Amino acid sequence: MAMAQAGLLAVIALLAMLGAALAHDSQFAIHMGLIAIIALCLAIYRLRTMDVSGKAIPVQADDGGYMDGPVRYGTIATLFWGLAGFLVGVLIAWQLAFPELNLEPYLNFSRLRPLHTSAVIFAFGGNALICTSFYIVQRTSGARLALGNAAWFVFWGYQLFIVLAATGYLLGVTQSMEYAEPEWYIDLWLTVVWVVYLAVFVGTLLKRKEPHIYVANWFFLSFIVTVALLHVVNNLAIPVSLLGSKSYPVFSGVQGALVQWWYAHNAVGFFLTAGFLGMMYYFVPKQVNRPVYSYRLSIVHFWSLIFLYIWAGPHHLHYTALPDWAQTLGMVFSIMLWMPSWGGMINGLMTLSGAWDKLRTDPIIRMMVISIAFYGMSTFEGPMMSIKAVNSLSHYTDWTIGHVHSGALGWNGMISFGAIYFLVPKLWNRERLYSLRYVNWHFWLATIGIVLYASSMWVSGIMQGLMWREYDGLGFLIYSFAESMEAMHPMYIIRALGGVLYLAGALIMAFNIWKTIRGDLRQEIPMGAIQAAE
Amino acid sequence: MSTDDKTQNGSGLEVDEFSGTETTGHTWDGIKELNTPLPRWWLWTFYATVIWGLAYTVAYPAWPLVSSATKGFLGYSTRGAVEQTIADARAAQSDKISRITELPLEDIKADEDLLRYAVAGGKSAFLVNCSQCHGSGAAGGANYPNLNDDDWLWGGTLEAIETTLKHGIRYSLDEETRVSEMSAFGADEILNREEIEKTAEHVLALAGLDHDAALAAEGAVIFEENCAACHGEAGEGNHELGAPALNDAIWLYGGEREAVISQITKPKHGVMPGWQSRLSPTTIKQLALYVHGLGGGETSAR
Repeated sequence: MAMAQAGLLAVIALLAMLGAALAHDSQFAIHMGLIAIIALCLAIYRLRTMDVSGKAIPVQADDGGYMDGPVRYGTIATLFWGLAGFLVGVLIAWQLAFPELNLEPYLNFSRLRPLHTSAVIFAFGGNALICTSFYIVQRTSGARLALGNAAWFVFWGYQLFIVLAATGYLLGVTQSMEYAEPEWYIDLWLTVVWVVYLAVFVGTLLKRKEPHIYVANWFFLSFIVTVALLHVVNNLAIPVSLLGSKSYPVFSGVQGALVQWWYAHNAVGFFLTAGFLGMMYYFVPKQVNRPVYSYRLSIVHFWSLIFLYIWAGPHHLHYTALPDWAQTLGMVFSIMLWMPSWGGMINGLMTLSGAWDKLRTDPIIRMMVISIAFYGMSTFEGPMMSIKAVNSLSHYTDWTIGHVHSGALGWNGMISFGAIYFLVPKLWNRERLYSLRYVNWHFWLATIGIVLYASSMWVSGIMQGLMWREYDGLGFLIYSFAESMEAMHPMYIIRALGGVLYLAGALIMAFNIWKTIRGDLRQEIPMGAIQAAE
Repeated sequence: MSTDDKTQNGSGLEVDEFSGTETTGHTWDGIKELNTPLPRWWLWTFYATVIWGLAYTVAYPAWPLVSSATKGFLGYSTRGAVEQTIADARAAQSDKISRITELPLEDIKADEDLLRYAVAGGKSAFLVNCSQCHGSGAAGGANYPNLNDDDWLWGGTLEAIETTLKHGIRYSLDEETRVSEMSAFGADEILNREEIEKTAEHVLALAGLDHDAALAAEGAVIFEENCAACHGEAGEGNHELGAPALNDAIWLYGGEREAVISQITKPKHGVMPGWQSRLSPTTIKQLALYVHGLGGGETSAR
């Protein structure tokens, strides 16, 4: 078995080396070289750890214990990629304010921007989703992860995808489709990893000891299945050569645009909404120790959300070559999506009824509550911006950027931080976190950071939109594009400062988590305690 | 919460003490669910958005059919709305636009009302097409001419500005473009470094800047032999040749000693695109009137 595995890895290494040697472009050669080195190291590792005693190896019995190795690694990876993604975000925010900071060619805005979006959405968010879904599906099913070590393959395979995608961006490998920048061979690899992820998740659900599937798992399952579908369809492409990085998408023109925004909007809908709702539905009731507010609401809002979300993509293409009927449907479905989205907010917030006092003493609950609040706000803002009349002002402006970040920093970021703070003491068997007061610092830094970010982008975006359409009494445009840029400059600086605060909060979290894993406990006055008068 | 605390209702389901709502009886890893009914406001708002959505799809183009889509009873289309807006704007401006098209520049300038309109349109076109190089306020920048002053390279009459706008400067795609090329006195070894430095001193002297009088005097001789043909004896420049005036405080490529030496050694030659392939003759006229009116416009010779 070990020989066969090592042999397979060696064959992969050989093929990758051949690919590197015969590559048509240097980027493909670098990527194949990277794969060859990794496969070779793994093959050697496999041979060195092989049992040569000839004795029959007792099969590791499934003792029913939970498999938390990939969850532990996933938590660390979430933290690591989160810091990387926030750092690059701060850098490109400063680049936008001060273009001199663009360092050609590897560190210019156009290469770092997809690095930032992929790092925060797919590396930070993706790792958070994978590790929490593995943790939750085991606990709520009463079953160990299915398919043996497949969960480890999902974890490491996903990291390889991230590394190939990220290095590709810096080297200039991109198919220039937003949130789907990686080229064909990286897409194929992600497809393999994702199918294994689906198999592990469904396999675990099938093994469950509970009669019903918990709501969090419905959301995770819809996220995994839909992302597989979206990823495959949007990335259908024909490589120029099997030995080169360039490919051409199957869809072109307005069809390509429609498929792209069907994909990208549902990446928001299923990756950043459904998946993270899965996290919310487990961690909020666990942390506040209260029952979920409404089972019926969870059913109705789940099915209405996933049915309506999938049609909303065309609202990204208002007033374009997309036929009017598709624009109308995109807008109408987005507006009908408002209440289904808010169902999650209601269920999250109302789960706290009977436990609101805990907000005073538990900054982790504070983090979860603010995350649900930002979720509610951005899922109202989204349908509003999809209205054509509003969109004619907001589209192509910073308002969109602000909207995305109040959702990403507020909802996705804060709920992930809450989940990590919940998980780490349990995964490493620690009595508690190193410091709850540090969590509180993180909470306030992140919250103020988001407020600076979102409000500066509202001002900047609406101002930009108004300046673009401002006519004088004789019917002539008043402002040049450059003048709108100049007016936005102070807002860009405020935005970057907001990003710095958010990153600072995440650094405090990294320190807190590191100390917790080491087993240190900070001596501090408990949160909410009344200090004795001197 | 231990089992002793549980209260049960008639159907045997556990009731949450705080809310008095029954649970569904399911438990996952200690998580229970209340069987709270859907909030009414939530449900009615959802219904309202669905009804509004359906009504909207009846009013506007929405449902795809085999080879077309429903048109909606309002008869709206994005394309139609844009065409209508453009037609309205054209209709409102057609009188002034046609007069600008027909009348000579001088006549437009003489008509105060028409001139105000033309300048407003020229400014708007300038912001979109010209501000990238000349700046939003037409004040230029390093290597790009300021258009607010009366120091013109190729002439500052309405006709001269219009010609420059139409054909551009050193613009290879237009055969009638304005072309001139200063010799690379250093790079082509017409003058040696010492001679160039002396000439530069003379140029600084012409501009009334700090200079070494002795070197400048020697430079004056070199200037007369090599430079005066285009720039004039006193460095007053020549619009016919696009030769900049050197006897003033306005510099295109910099008035520091090193910049002057650099320009004599290996001159920069700015390029401006000709706009007649991209802008209508009417827009070019409006631009000419706008630039002419910035402050430095010259009166036509005729």
